[in-house]
Amino acid sequence: MKYALRRILALFITMILVSFLAFAAFHIISGDPARAILGMNATEKQLALLRQELGLDKPFLVQYFNWLLGFFSGNLGISYSYRQPVASLIIPKLQVTLVMVLISFGIIVVLSLPLGLRAAQKSGGRLDWLRTTVDQLCMAVPAFFLSILVSYVFGIVLKFFTPGDFPKMERDLTGALRYLFFAAVCIAIPRIAMAVRMLKSTIIEEMEKDYVRTAISRGNTRAEVLKKHVLKNSLVPTITFLGQTMAEIVGGSIVVEQVFGIPGMGRFLVASISNRDYPVVEALVVILAFWVILSGTVADLVGQKIDPRLRLGDRS
Amino acid sequence: MLEVRDLHVKFHNRDREAVAGVTFTLRDGEILGLVGESGSGKSVTAMSIAGLLPRKKCDYRGDVLVDGEDMLHANRSLLRKIQGNKIGVVFQEPMSAMDPLMKVGRQVEEVLVIHTDLGPEERKKLAIEALADVELPNPEEVYNKYPHELSGGMLQRSMIAAAIVARPSLLLLDEPTTALDVTIQAQILKLLVKLNKKHGMSMLFISHNLGVVRKLCKRVAVMQRGVIVEEGATNDVFFRPQHPYTQHLIECIPARVKVIARKRAEETEGGADND
Repeated sequence: MKYALRRILALFITMILVSFLAFAAFHIISGDPARAILGMNATEKQLALLRQELGLDKPFLVQYFNWLLGFFSGNLGISYSYRQPVASLIIPKLQVTLVMVLISFGIIVVLSLPLGLRAAQKSGGRLDWLRTTVDQLCMAVPAFFLSILVSYVFGIVLKFFTPGDFPKMERDLTGALRYLFFAAVCIAIPRIAMAVRMLKSTIIEEMEKDYVRTAISRGNTRAEVLKKHVLKNSLVPTITFLGQTMAEIVGGSIVVEQVFGIPGMGRFLVASISNRDYPVVEALVVILAFWVILSGTVADLVGQKIDPRLRLGDRS
Repeated sequence: MLEVRDLHVKFHNRDREAVAGVTFTLRDGEILGLVGESGSGKSVTAMSIAGLLPRKKCDYRGDVLVDGEDMLHANRSLLRKIQGNKIGVVFQEPMSAMDPLMKVGRQVEEVLVIHTDLGPEERKKLAIEALADVELPNPEEVYNKYPHELSGGMLQRSMIAAAIVARPSLLLLDEPTTALDVTIQAQILKLLVKLNKKHGMSMLFISHNLGVVRKLCKRVAVMQRGVIVEEGATNDVFFRPQHPYTQHLIECIPARVKVIARKRAEETEGGADND
């Protein structure tokens, strides 16, 4: 329990550091936001007024702390290009991406565990080469190509959804979920291939270990050894991998959202960067960083629940 | 109780037979030492007895009879009934021979889960009894520990407890003290003698160290390159080695140890001294 508290504390400290770096970086490169909003024709007086309104006349650290507090109160500043509060702009997009990422993660977990197990059991069999080839193919296929393929086959030919016409979640939830499902599959496939490969080699490696021989010498069948001993031992590296996956599929979603025309966070981030809409970019960078660090922390916490050796730090 | 007759094992990926015609018997309640350097075939012999040979990867012939059951040719389901139940095995590295994620007590109980219909409480009782039997100071505490929380000596005791919990008639010990330091080694040897007397369990003790074997076994077989080159009462083999390889093995034991050993042997005259 102490370990968990320490990890959560570490998460907060990291987040403060990340947010400071993000804020400082955009503060330096963004030039004068008031000028950016009002354009070249604005008078000095108008600029001074807007700076005051946005709090840009205050010292840097004060600005930072106000911005940081905004994450808790929901006030993340005003978007330069939309002239709207950043929070109200990004929340619906975050929802869409979050749902897609969670569906994708669910698909990865549900498919890769049994597939990896089977691949390990059937390793060295007659169809091993076929499995390996399919696995490598799935791993090598770029996400955008997969997205185009899926949009064409399931969208245009089979008409399961209409590519480019993403239904609003509030109005047509099932339609939106169906749309997101196909995008999620595109994100999931390469990661499933990686997970299967990883699981297969982990299980095969574990089956070679001494404790397996001990378990066999007690009268277990290989299947029993797999169930009673090897699976649990293979779980820790798997969970670390899934934690990384949780972080990385958000990155993968950027490309997929572009191809599918999904109004999610990735697409919004890309657009905001090209518009130099720094308040939006800042907020999204911090949220992304939070997601990545959170995934790692959760994976570590689950891992140390399973493997008591990772709890050693608890004693200090 | 254990009879090995003309055992041959040749792994497909090797040119030479790992075991090239080994014959010996182990009587009820006896401790037999099997000595030889690594690669002499002693561990492969033990694996053949325990039914742990990777049958697809080797050719094998001969007989290995444990209480009349042929461990070399028995089918898998028969093997599994004997493994753990009639034959307990203790391996060299206690740390890697245990599942790192399973509590020691549950690993000690595993044999009972497989071979008996006992309920969880009875199993726990027997497991703690076995842990006490191997002279672990706090058996209840050890029961709830993970392997990484115990020292090498305590782990090896737990491994022995796991091997004897179902009261097998044969205990195979494959270099059980090699990974431990000398004082712990001596304690484990003493413990094995005690268990042998208490439960009348036959033991096959495998080691590369003739000095260690001498402390435990009345009879010893020396293996080299897959065959037994010398066999007999330990003191005879130790003080009047016939085969040059045995002489060579004895030369590897420090001189001081040999002098003490000779004195003790003269004191007890004839029989081996199991101290």
